[in-house]
Parts: sequence; structure tokens; C-alpha cells
Amino acid sequence: MNVTVNINGAERTADVEPRLLLTDFIRGTLGLTGTHMGCDTTSCGVCTVLLDGVPVKSCTVFAVQANGRSITTVEGLKQNGQLSPIQQAFHQEHGLQCGFCTPAMMLVGTALLEENPNPSEDEIRWAISGNLCRCTGYMNIVKSIQAAAAMKSEEVSA
Amino acid sequence: MYPSKFDYLAPTTIDEALGVLAEKGPEIKILAGGQSLVPMMKLRLANPPALLDINRLPGLDSIEDSNGHLSIGALVRHNHVVKSDAVKDANHTVATAAPWVSDPIVRNLGTVCGSLAHHDPEGDWASVMLATGADVVLRSRQGERVLPITDFFVDMFQTMCRPDELVTEVRVNKHTARGGGDYQKLERKVGDYATVGVATSLELADDGSIAHAGIALTSVYAHNLKVTEAEDLLRGSQPGTELFKEAAVIASAACDPADDHRGSAAYKRHVVGVFTERGLARSLEIAQGGQS
Repeated sequence: MNVTVNINGAERTADVEPRLLLTDFIRGTLGLTGTHMGCDTTSCGVCTVLLDGVPVKSCTVFAVQANGRSITTVEGLKQNGQLSPIQQAFHQEHGLQCGFCTPAMMLVGTALLEENPNPSEDEIRWAISGNLCRCTGYMNIVKSIQAAAAMKSEEVSA
Repeated sequence: MYPSKFDYLAPTTIDEALGVLAEKGPEIKILAGGQSLVPMMKLRLANPPALLDINRLPGLDSIEDSNGHLSIGALVRHNHVVKSDAVKDANHTVATAAPWVSDPIVRNLGTVCGSLAHHDPEGDWASVMLATGADVVLRSRQGERVLPITDFFVDMFQTMCRPDELVTEVRVNKHTARGGGDYQKLERKVGDYATVGVATSLELADDGSIAHAGIALTSVYAHNLKVTEAEDLLRGSQPGTELFKEAAVIASAACDPADDHRGSAAYKRHVVGVFTERGLARSLEIAQGGQS
């Protein structure tokens, strides 16, 4: 069946089987490999993408369900050739070790800051509690999201 | 992991959806949030020939405060309940339980009604509804049926929902100003099923005695267990620590937990007692106005 999505601002259409998972549609069909596949059982959260701006685990959504909707993956965070505040913050604060969970963590952080521009540490930890970091680098992930919040509020006041 | 092949149907009107169910209901699984169904299909525990995706149906995604109950539509996600001010004031058991359901990302898709229709004995919502009282609204081409939650549930993974029916709504009782409720949950990590969950609900009469009591347990029996014996003990009595301890002893005795990777049966039974007492105390505190 034909599926059309707006992914990172670009419209893409493909003919897929209903059982194709959204993760594999993004990685295999559309060739965007920044979205990772981890546990494949809705636990680890590394496959997280934003569906109409809301974080979802793409291993637990069929591509056909995304028909007509918009998807943001890590590849879509960069704007006008510039890293987004969350990307800059993960870079600065060393918010990653192996990098496997990083795309998902950055997308969850992006969605959190959209909704709550000044989250407390507790609120950040709560927001990322559906995402596992296999390096256990949570301290710096939290710091990165805090730094991105500070960066964004400076941008607003500047 | 891939499910078996299936046909995908995504109607845009309820009439169309009910027509599909009337015609080939037995072959169909209904896809709402999919956060239990899709993993089951991937593990090939469920192999439905067709999925009916109800996500494009209008009018099912709101929480409404009407006619003395809280109406939660079939497409209301757990996270919607977490953030809802209407829920916070209307039903304390529902409001307390919502942030404990799975993890924040799963809560963005998973639905309350889907959880009830799935009826996993480790699901949190079934206990909440059994404790506070709720009615499930089912629609088909034959019309609408409204079933009390106690009649809706049959056994684990089994409900009275017929193959031609769609759960469109759950109507949850509201707490009055003299009511309170709580959900206590022990989990190993965020997103895990409950090791033990206990839902409680109290309504006080004008003289301060207990007019209504609800207690239901998660993950410690073959299905979510309403502890009617403890509810009967509470109803009509003056609330207090000793009474709650007695109710906790009854709840501990009523459950039948299994030894597993989440804990020994004896440990879980102990936690049921602790949580029942704690949940009733918290419910009372809210009912007596000690609530923030």
C-alpha cells in the first residue's frame, strides 16, 4: 500500500507492506539510518522519532500508520546548516559515549523543550526515562538538555 | 521482528468501522495505540488476519466531564490523562495511576480503553476501574451496550466485547468532595509491568463513615482482582488505621501471586498488604480534605 510521509520537511512516498515497521521504513526504505533499532520490543527507546512532534517508539508503529503525517528524525534537527541547540549542547557537554542512544535522546530532549522550555532536573530525568543509555551516561545527557534549555532561553532574550 | 502478513484497514468514520466489524469481526484485531498489540504480533503471540486502525476515527480522543462521570474516549492516550486537569479534580485514583503506566514514550500512543480491552492481568487501568467503578461503552451495528466494568471483564485477556463491537468509551465514576483515591505501584524500572499494584478509592458519608470503598490488585492474581471482602468490611464503618490494617490482611490473603523474576510470592503478598494500608490512608487523607 502507498504511504506518503513528510519526513524532516520533505515529502516521500513508497509502496510498502502493512507489516513494515516504521523504523525499517525510515532506515531501509528512506535510507535515513540515524534512527536506530535496539531491543525491538518497545523497551529501550533508541528507535524514537517524533510523529507530528510527539516522541514515539518507531519499532512499535507500522509505517502505514504514519501515512499523511509528519516525522522528524535526528537528520531533521539541523536547521539551515546549523546544529540545533540540543545538538550543540550534546557536543559541548559530552552527552554521549558510544552514540547509539543519542539520536533518540536528542529528539526526546527537543520535544521536552518545546513543551517545557525550563525543565527541572527531575522533569528531564522523567522525560528520558523511556530511553536507555547502554553506556549509562545519564549525567551528561541530563546536563546536555539543561545546557540546551539555557542556550534556547539566551536565544529568546537576545 | 516481523508479524505475519495482515490486511490493514483504516476507516475514517465510525459507521464504516462498525460495518467492517459486522462483516468480518472474528478476523480482526482493533489497533488503537498498539503498544501491547504490535509487540504481541511481532512475537507472533497474535496473528490477526486483519487490523482495523481506529486512529483516523473522529470524536474518540477527548476526556469529558459529563453526567457525574468522566468519559474517556477510545483514542485518549495515557499521557493525555497524565496532563488532564479535568481528571486531577475528578478521580484521584485515575490521576495517581496515569504517570505510572509504562514509560513516557509509550504513554504518548497507548490508550486507556485499549488497555481495558486487552485486559492483561498486569495492566494498571483495569485495577483502577475496578476500584473506582466504571462503565464500558460498546458500539456495533446492533446498537450501543453499556456494561459495568465488573461485567465487562471475563478473565485474563478476555472481555465481553463481541467481535462486531468497538469499545468507544469508558465512563469512570467521579470522586465527590468527600472522596479520595490512590494507586500504589512497585516496579523494577520505568516501563516494567507492576511487581505489585494496588488501586484504592473511598467515598465518605456525611457522618464520616465509609459510604463506598474500592480495592483492586494488579499483577498478583490470574486477573486484576477486586477485593470485595475487604470492600464489604470497609463499607459502613468509621475509617481508621486499625480498620485499614484489617482490610490489608484480607487483600494479602485474597491475592495469589507467583514466584518470578520480579519477586517471591511471599514478598509480593507482603507488599499487597503494605500498599493496601498505605493507599487507603492516602485516599482517606484526600477525602478528608488533606489533599493539595
